[in-house]
Amino acid sequence: MLDNLLLFVQFPPLAVDVVVNGLLIGAIFALAAYGMALVWGVLNIVNVVQGELVVLGGYVTFLLVQWGMPPLIGVPVSALVMFGVGWVLYRAIVFRVVDRDIFISILATFGLAILIQQLANLSFGADVRSVDAGLGPLHFLDGMVTVAWVKLIAFVLALVAGASLWFFLRHARLGQAIRATAQNPRAARILGIDTGRVYAATYALNAALCGAAGSLAVMAWTIHPYMGLPYTVRSFMVVVVAGVGNVGAVVAAGLGLGALENVAGFVLGTEFQIAFVFALMVTILVWRHLRAARRREHLK
Amino acid sequence: MTKLSDWHIMGVLAIAGLGLPFLAPGLITQLSFLWLMVIFALTWDMLGGRMGYNSFGNILFFGIGCYAAAVVQRDAGLPYFEALALGLALGAVLAVAAALLFGAALLGIRGHYFAIGTLGLGITAAEVAAGWDYVGAGSGMALPLFPGALGQREFFFCFSLFAVAIVCFLFLRWLYGTRFGLALNAIRDDQDKADAMGLRTTPIKVFAWCIAAFFLSISGGLAANMIGFIDPRDVAFAGATFGVWMVLMAILGGKGTLWGPVLGAVVFHITQELFWTYLLGWQRVALGLLIVVIVVFFPQGIMGWIAERRAAREGAAS
Repeated sequence: MLDNLLLFVQFPPLAVDVVVNGLLIGAIFALAAYGMALVWGVLNIVNVVQGELVVLGGYVTFLLVQWGMPPLIGVPVSALVMFGVGWVLYRAIVFRVVDRDIFISILATFGLAILIQQLANLSFGADVRSVDAGLGPLHFLDGMVTVAWVKLIAFVLALVAGASLWFFLRHARLGQAIRATAQNPRAARILGIDTGRVYAATYALNAALCGAAGSLAVMAWTIHPYMGLPYTVRSFMVVVVAGVGNVGAVVAAGLGLGALENVAGFVLGTEFQIAFVFALMVTILVWRHLRAARRREHLK
Repeated sequence: MTKLSDWHIMGVLAIAGLGLPFLAPGLITQLSFLWLMVIFALTWDMLGGRMGYNSFGNILFFGIGCYAAAVVQRDAGLPYFEALALGLALGAVLAVAAALLFGAALLGIRGHYFAIGTLGLGITAAEVAAGWDYVGAGSGMALPLFPGALGQREFFFCFSLFAVAIVCFLFLRWLYGTRFGLALNAIRDDQDKADAMGLRTTPIKVFAWCIAAFFLSISGGLAANMIGFIDPRDVAFAGATFGVWMVLMAILGGKGTLWGPVLGAVVFHITQELFWTYLLGWQRVALGLLIVVIVVFFPQGIMGWIAERRAAREGAAS
């Protein structure tokens, strides 16, 4: 473990390589985290099925490539397909838990997560899947820092998606309706907003963001059926740190998490990378709690 | 009709628990797992039902029990039963220590933050165990062979788990009648008020978690030996199966009632065994669906449903 840390000092370009690749992967976390922040802020539920939506998005792209489509088409197609999946999930299950105790919604979405995991396992098998985007790597600093093109594209796309989400929430009719519903559902209903539709659209939008994230994840990284929960926890962590209503902070926290996670994976060994993600989440919660407790408050 | 008291039901259950292994030896493994499920549901309900702290991480203590027993039995060089006893004791100490440590850190956190935080705790433990060579890393650990004759092993662990379940039930039944039990309910109903009335809520919460940890670790050591093999993610820290089931069983039976978790464990275990028999290949899908259905459509549980029915009937009669 210390050897790996020393390696960074002796050979700084390696550290740059690990951090840069982490930052780029972090864009995918940020994308899934926007979605979670949106659902959390508007529907007031913690969507534990988030990671499974990401994984499903990845499988959509995987299937497309199997059928001979170019991989990058997968990003919009996955987003579109997952938009539909999100709408159906909302209309079938999620709307029943929106107004209930928050624990019920956590447990219900957790059940959905297990259901989707198992269905994915049955349909696609437990193998680790990945798609070669066929774009090759990019070299910097005399080839000492290597970045895959697709990661760079993922990064840019995630930023574009974040910016357009911000613009959509500000200026589009539906975006304004979403924000109004988040602020006060009752008042929104009185003013003629169909809040049920807004909730469904929000949830579907979240699923679309997850679908795009999953599509990028399958190109830049790998997916398999049981990989959902780490994505859920990453999104949760990012939202806890960044807050619900702040797109910029979500991007920053997502990128930071990606870099931190990649460094930890390198230093501790990749077998402990997931352990690091979950331990970091617990640490962040405890730290936030201690800070709040000093002011005689508690996390809400 | 004379009123059914707790003691009548307990008597029937005790006779069933002692007699069934002899009457139906084929079911003995299922029965052992049933007692394990009863322990799971009872200990989860102490926090989730009585105290209002919904933990997804109680599996941590079960896993600690599994691994403590396995390591002691591997390394202590003692005969089987001595090593098992030492392993159970060490597991209990470690689990209670973990409950003290993590409880002090996490039990101040409320609501869904606590639920997700404990979920993270359980999965962290699984991932650490899966990467740690000393405890066999991802390939898990095998436990030593039971020294007795063929078939005795099943009897031994069935009765041991039964004993733990009975002790756990009686202890909790007594505990809920004491001031401590009332304090748990007060924390669930309104923690700020409980604080303001001078209850020392944090030590009470931590102590409750320690009790759960104690019973879970003992059952973990026994279950590990019964199964004969522990895998970090699928047996010891099996968050997606045991960890969710304990929540589900308590909810199915009725949160915060004495018999609810027991009833929930029995119903759930039978359902799950039927799934395994008749839906082979689809059983895990069916379980996921079952979770969603129970949580969304039946969150009050069986005991809650009975109470509602009774209230409605008495309301209509008067």
